[in-house]
Amino acid sequence: MGQFGVGQAVRRVEDARLLTGQGRYTDDIQLDGQLYMALVRSPHAHAEIKAIDAEDARQAPGVHAVYTIQDLDATGIQDIPCMAPIPGVDGRPPRMPGHPVLARGRVRHVGDPVAAVIAETPQQAKDASELVEVDYAPRAHVVDAADALAPDAPTLHEIAPGNVALDWGTGDDDAVEKAFREAAHVTRVDMVNNRVVANSMEPRGAIGNFDPQADRFELYTSSQGSHGLRKQIAEKVLNIDPERLRVVTPDVGGGFGTKIFLYGEQVLVLHAAQALGRPVKWIGERRESFQSDAQGRDHTATMELALDAEHRMTAIRLTSLANVGGYLSNASTYVPTQSLGKMLCGLYRIPAMSANVKCVFTNTVPVDAYRGAGRPEAAYFVERTVDAAARELGLDPAELRRKNFIQPDQMPWTTPAGATYDSGEFARLMDRALEQADYAHLGERKQAAARRGKLLGFGLATYVEACGSVGSEDARLTIDPDGGASLVVGTQTNGQGHHTAYAQLLADKLGLDPEQIRFHQGDTDVAATGGGTMGSRSLLVGGGATDQAADQVIERAKKIAGHTLEVSPDDLEFGEGTFTIAGTDRRTTLAEVARAAVERDDLPADLKGPLAETGHYDSPDAETFPNGVHVCEIEVDRDTAELEIARYVVVDDFGMVLNPMLVMGQIHGGVAQGIGQALLEQTVYEAGSGQLVTATYQDYTMPRADDLPDIEIEFINVPCKTNPFGIKGAGEAGAIGAPPAVINALVDALEPYGVLHVDMPATTERIWQILQANAPKAAAE
Amino acid sequence: MYQFDYHRPTSLDEAAQILSQDDEASLLAGGQTLLPTMKQRLAAPSQLVDLSGIAELKGVREDSGQIIVGAMTPHDTVANDKTVQAKIPGLAHLAGEIGDPQVRNRGTIGGSLANNDPASDYPGAVLGLGATVRTNKREIPADDFFLGLFETALDEGELIKEVAFPVPKKSAYAKFHNPASRYAIVGAFVASTEQGVRVAITGAGPCVFRVPEMEQALNSNWSADAIKDIKVAADDFNTDLHASADYRAHLVTVMAKRAVQAAG
Repeated sequence: MGQFGVGQAVRRVEDARLLTGQGRYTDDIQLDGQLYMALVRSPHAHAEIKAIDAEDARQAPGVHAVYTIQDLDATGIQDIPCMAPIPGVDGRPPRMPGHPVLARGRVRHVGDPVAAVIAETPQQAKDASELVEVDYAPRAHVVDAADALAPDAPTLHEIAPGNVALDWGTGDDDAVEKAFREAAHVTRVDMVNNRVVANSMEPRGAIGNFDPQADRFELYTSSQGSHGLRKQIAEKVLNIDPERLRVVTPDVGGGFGTKIFLYGEQVLVLHAAQALGRPVKWIGERRESFQSDAQGRDHTATMELALDAEHRMTAIRLTSLANVGGYLSNASTYVPTQSLGKMLCGLYRIPAMSANVKCVFTNTVPVDAYRGAGRPEAAYFVERTVDAAARELGLDPAELRRKNFIQPDQMPWTTPAGATYDSGEFARLMDRALEQADYAHLGERKQAAARRGKLLGFGLATYVEACGSVGSEDARLTIDPDGGASLVVGTQTNGQGHHTAYAQLLADKLGLDPEQIRFHQGDTDVAATGGGTMGSRSLLVGGGATDQAADQVIERAKKIAGHTLEVSPDDLEFGEGTFTIAGTDRRTTLAEVARAAVERDDLPADLKGPLAETGHYDSPDAETFPNGVHVCEIEVDRDTAELEIARYVVVDDFGMVLNPMLVMGQIHGGVAQGIGQALLEQTVYEAGSGQLVTATYQDYTMPRADDLPDIEIEFINVPCKTNPFGIKGAGEAGAIGAPPAVINALVDALEPYGVLHVDMPATTERIWQILQANAPKAAAE
Repeated sequence: MYQFDYHRPTSLDEAAQILSQDDEASLLAGGQTLLPTMKQRLAAPSQLVDLSGIAELKGVREDSGQIIVGAMTPHDTVANDKTVQAKIPGLAHLAGEIGDPQVRNRGTIGGSLANNDPASDYPGAVLGLGATVRTNKREIPADDFFLGLFETALDEGELIKEVAFPVPKKSAYAKFHNPASRYAIVGAFVASTEQGVRVAITGAGPCVFRVPEMEQALNSNWSADAIKDIKVAADDFNTDLHASADYRAHLVTVMAKRAVQAAG
């Protein structure tokens, strides 16, 4: 293994640029003559649009145009589609009303865009947007999924009577029924996986441009993959040949799933640029992020677990409501159904499962993928329920888990939820985490905490998720004449450090420093194909293609070197960037070969030309299954109800870790988001008004450094058997493991108060109410 | 933001004059409340009168046994001022607990007091220490300054010049912060002074207030135990996403006890 090889914590090559303000984000791009767009957004949760009078706005200083849905419909612009036509229990696809780029006749959530104003300056656009007079006739609204199912609830979409977008099920109902009938014990937990706002540091933004000579559009936009957006915009919305649209994603300041999807603003700037003959820029304000970025989670569930007399799990059953918001976003119907459903057996040998999930429209911002996208909800429901079962049965939560873990010698294991785990040593990971967290002396710590007036709680949670199996990637690798290398890939870093990771993959193989590797992504004119970044796929799929490209480059370079050194390629050895004739000191470097490839006339035709190759990697059908254990120890202050996380231990199996520093960064960020969801982040739509009342950082609590513990991370990597690199993926893991670990710890701390469950976010107010309402059980004293 | 005119006078008189000629003009101190409000287009002053050019409004000094803090002194300066730390450590601690580093480097005591946000910290210290607010027109004792929700005794065109803090025997501030905004959900300032004990509570109600029952109890017995059973009524307390009125009422006692403990 070389200096920069697998397992080395190579420093991020992009940081000097990003940390000194040299990054180039969407808002840093200024096109000549660009105009600015501001949106008129609905102040109502649900209302009929009776009329829009934009005359004053059109006459305002600097204004070039005001668009409403009539203008878009007249141009033939289509609604943004839901891309997940997953069939329901009735065998039919979901009720999929399109998501109009601007509201068509009705608004369905506060923030729903109604009109777009284009002006010379952002200020003028915004000033004029306030002059657009919209005559609304408010309708009854509903913000809660259960309320939306009530017989007298207002209907959001006529094609979805009762507000059900999709009634989805999976599993074997009969087998589950039988198991519950025969169970020695049944645990049932009602719980909420609360809605969160992604809050990427960089808000969404887009710049549209149109070149009439080339008859071609350009879109610069913060995203998680430019190729997918191009295909969707061209084929589904604008009905143009994808070749007529170039999408460029520059540096991205956070995506978390939210930036995978197509949004109306991205279509509007293209329409306006073509109509007005000038580029048009829109950069979302923070309030617009709160009111229009796809939100996450919002899944209310009843989970039931059946156990036999020996405490073996015999069946699990989920009955739940997923709030999908006012419209379907691109993957709204996938996240709470198939993505969640596949993980509902966790790490356990559960012979029977079933799930019924209703996806429900409400007058709220659409919900879609957020870091983990259904898999965190599954892990939370499973791990809360298993913990509750142990508590009800008076068992050690670790022992109940250990007894039911799928064993390493049972791999590959196919769960009744349809996942086939290739590998994993779950008990080994749990034992290590418990050892690291000093589980053995928990009782002593609880007593010591009690003497300090604190309630100490210990929470354990396992997780497993499915990653990687999303399409293919191409990687174009060129050895540049200066000896450096240029890599073009179709994945998209959002800040994770892809440049470093890919450079690290290539550095040792090509004998280069990571800094010598030039990295290109995000431009559909530069990369022929691309699948973007989501589901922890980039290193596996993009890395696989990159590795392949490097092999092909070396193979061709070896043949060229054979010509220049006048030996058989078979006699050449390649190492540290140099081809050497075995047993001699005659050699030539990769850079020399790259120059020879373009300069020498005497090479065979198939070897001539720039030393560049395209590697290709097809995802195997098999997904990968990262898994791990989170342990959280908390202390609750009896007087203030404040909660402090005293200890946090993570043991992960990611199969293979290329750069532990990058991966630990992913765990830190994921755990921060998970703790945020568990304790702090409230997305509150006031029932009476339908307003999102947590639409600023004065009210929406993002986790801060002082809310977070030190996070102790270890890897016990069991290589994945379904890909040649052993990679399982790491991007979502922290956000999946943290919420159940934190809540399990809190429930443990509150055990003297007779509490079996606390819903997220477990704010201090919520904890205080429990301390007030429930007297401590005498037995616990 | 909407358009506005900007002035940066160099004297209090000049500032007062601009203000007196335009009802729609606003004073700009540290701007930590005003500017975000303007950015959200929720405030539209015709003119901003920036007080940062008036030298006499800045800085901390000791005068006749009192600590004088200029209206335009940023929180961070008060938090790190050696004299304040030595003479009124409770005040230095309070200033260091306000907002975050960015807020503390821009926000000022004068701006905070004139705005009188029910959740701001400084009213706790000013009322808790029995300070005097000195304006361009008069001196206003703390007990007369804070009138209600965002309401003070300041007249139209009246500007805070400085605040005079008497040095207490001991004092401390204990704050339970809002997890999102870091304002006070409940902040308790306790001081033992020559004239007796003062207990001021900010964050809980519509305006900072004193708790006479706690002051009496602490006058006869300076200890956390002396007030542990003294409850305040939650009747007009604030209720929001982060804390109900009842929770705030509970926290008043808890934080007051902690302040007494911290004061030693």
